[in-house]
Amino acid sequence: MSQAVIATRTFSPTGDFKSSSSRVPRGWTRFRQQRAAIVGLALALLIAGGAIFAGQIAPGNPFARVGAALQPPLSTRWLGTDDLGRDLFSELVHGARVSLFVGLAVALTSTGIGIVVGGLAGFFGGWIDDGLMRLTELFQVVPRFFLAIIITTFFGGSIFNIVLLLGLTFWPSTARLLRAQVLSLRAREFVMAARSVGLGELAILARHVLPNAMPVIIVNAALQIGSAILVEAALSFFGLGDRTQVSWGYMLNNAQPFIARAWWMSFFPGLALVLTVVSVNLVGDGLNESLNPRHD
Amino acid sequence: MSSNLSRYILRRALQALPLLISILIINFILIHLAPGDPIYLLAGDAGDAAYYAAMRAKYGLDQPLVAQLVLYLVNAAQGQFGFSFAYNRPVFEVIFSRVPPTLLLMGTSLAVSTFLGIRLGAVSARRAGGVIDNSIAVGTLIAYGMPAFWLGQLLVITFAFWLGWFPIQGMVDVRQDSRGLAYFVDVLRHLILPMTTLALLHLALVTRLTRSGLRQELSEDYVRTAYAKGLSNVQVLNRHALRNALLPVVTATGGYIGTLFTGAVLTEIIFAWPGLGRLLYDSTLSRDYPLLMGLFLLVAATVILSNLVTDVLYTFIDPRVRYERE
Repeated sequence: MSQAVIATRTFSPTGDFKSSSSRVPRGWTRFRQQRAAIVGLALALLIAGGAIFAGQIAPGNPFARVGAALQPPLSTRWLGTDDLGRDLFSELVHGARVSLFVGLAVALTSTGIGIVVGGLAGFFGGWIDDGLMRLTELFQVVPRFFLAIIITTFFGGSIFNIVLLLGLTFWPSTARLLRAQVLSLRAREFVMAARSVGLGELAILARHVLPNAMPVIIVNAALQIGSAILVEAALSFFGLGDRTQVSWGYMLNNAQPFIARAWWMSFFPGLALVLTVVSVNLVGDGLNESLNPRHD
Repeated sequence: MSSNLSRYILRRALQALPLLISILIINFILIHLAPGDPIYLLAGDAGDAAYYAAMRAKYGLDQPLVAQLVLYLVNAAQGQFGFSFAYNRPVFEVIFSRVPPTLLLMGTSLAVSTFLGIRLGAVSARRAGGVIDNSIAVGTLIAYGMPAFWLGQLLVITFAFWLGWFPIQGMVDVRQDSRGLAYFVDVLRHLILPMTTLALLHLALVTRLTRSGLRQELSEDYVRTAYAKGLSNVQVLNRHALRNALLPVVTATGGYIGTLFTGAVLTEIIFAWPGLGRLLYDSTLSRDYPLLMGLFLLVAATVILSNLVTDVLYTFIDPRVRYERE
């Protein structure tokens, strides 16, 4: 929620948009000039690489016992072992998969829903707009984490359930952003021109209005990745995540009874979480600066 | 003026009502979607046959769904949200007995983070681009990615275990039966680490909003006028620019209550703080469904109410807001 506040604040409403093909390379030029965004992108790619090649970097089952329990870092294993003698480094690398997958899948799901709801509301207006916006308000006040706790207690915390649930609760900010964009774009000359040559309303929405609203949506989706990763970790920390897969929240949950004796069990997964979320947010901020420049 | 204002408040309150009812309906749907007999979600799963028969009649579970929904809403309007079997008491009694510790934790961290955030944001805006500004920017960035539960664990390891400055867990020292001032000091010592944990995210948010708000205000004409009158830097900032720059902070704080609840729940688990978070955690472990649903309702209602209060507050703080219009 807090990140959405930051993001909406900095969006510039407009300026006449050129065609999207010329905007992308221009955006990359601007993105490249921001040091923080490049650092974020490099870090994010590094973490993504670790997640993709987890099987090669740390072969074997991360749940397997490899030695004595609660060994400190650099003694027998790089990052030490946990209370069941499992290799923390292996757990950490495999855990990246869950975090990144949940982050990306939630951002995609919620952006999809948000585009449909916000696009229809903004373009058609009237009772469609009223109805959809009331629905959006309702989803905005539902406390996400508490709903997630109830659903995972009832139906179990499989990765699929968590992605579906978070996707269903993250879309209101996307819908509202897109609606505002569509409202301002709909009155432009190029929409009138499209209408005058006989293009249907839905075709205008899909082919002319949405592509021009995309920069705002992409930035919002990027910032949602970080939030979704944090909520999934919180659920797993609460003991309600997917217990069949290693995740960073699961590791932090395991660490809680041992924080007096084994600081490393808590330190490394938390650090990985912070680095991932910060890098994703840096990329999001960088995209915002380069796709939605305030002084264009 | 005042009649306009009260009419506005009434209208906003009436807009909040459908939201509250919708949340109740979501709750009702969840009860029926959940696997197993819905009676267990209203009455717990450890009762005897006579007890279940009584609860079935009370919630009309033998009647059609629509009638059940109406009964559910009527019961809810009277504050009856089911019975916690784990505690052998009505859900709302159990919940309200655990509100004070959570309120203490949330209230103090909200106050501290708002106050400090405004100060930090002002310092940052005055020296934009400087070393202090850049350090604060990096700090807020990290705070955004910092999960409360990890920060809490780090604080416990560092300040409670290694340095021994603060107690590790709980709200009071159970080995001492302190009263009066000693009790106050005891609670304060226990409060500092969890409060810091919970305050950090909001601190980052307020700092960032204050900074950007002030940067914008400082370039306005009225600020130049204030300088031209011969006011000092501090006077211009505190008396003029800051007042306007803080409007987004009010909105953000109002919209932050749901996140604050989430943070409080996670923080309480790390520090064994005896509030609602601990209650929620225990109720997921013992499958105390009525209690779970009651807690969900409480948080949702608080979010709706705090949005309402924020909107109303806004009209008091910002004379430019025309409440007649909306």
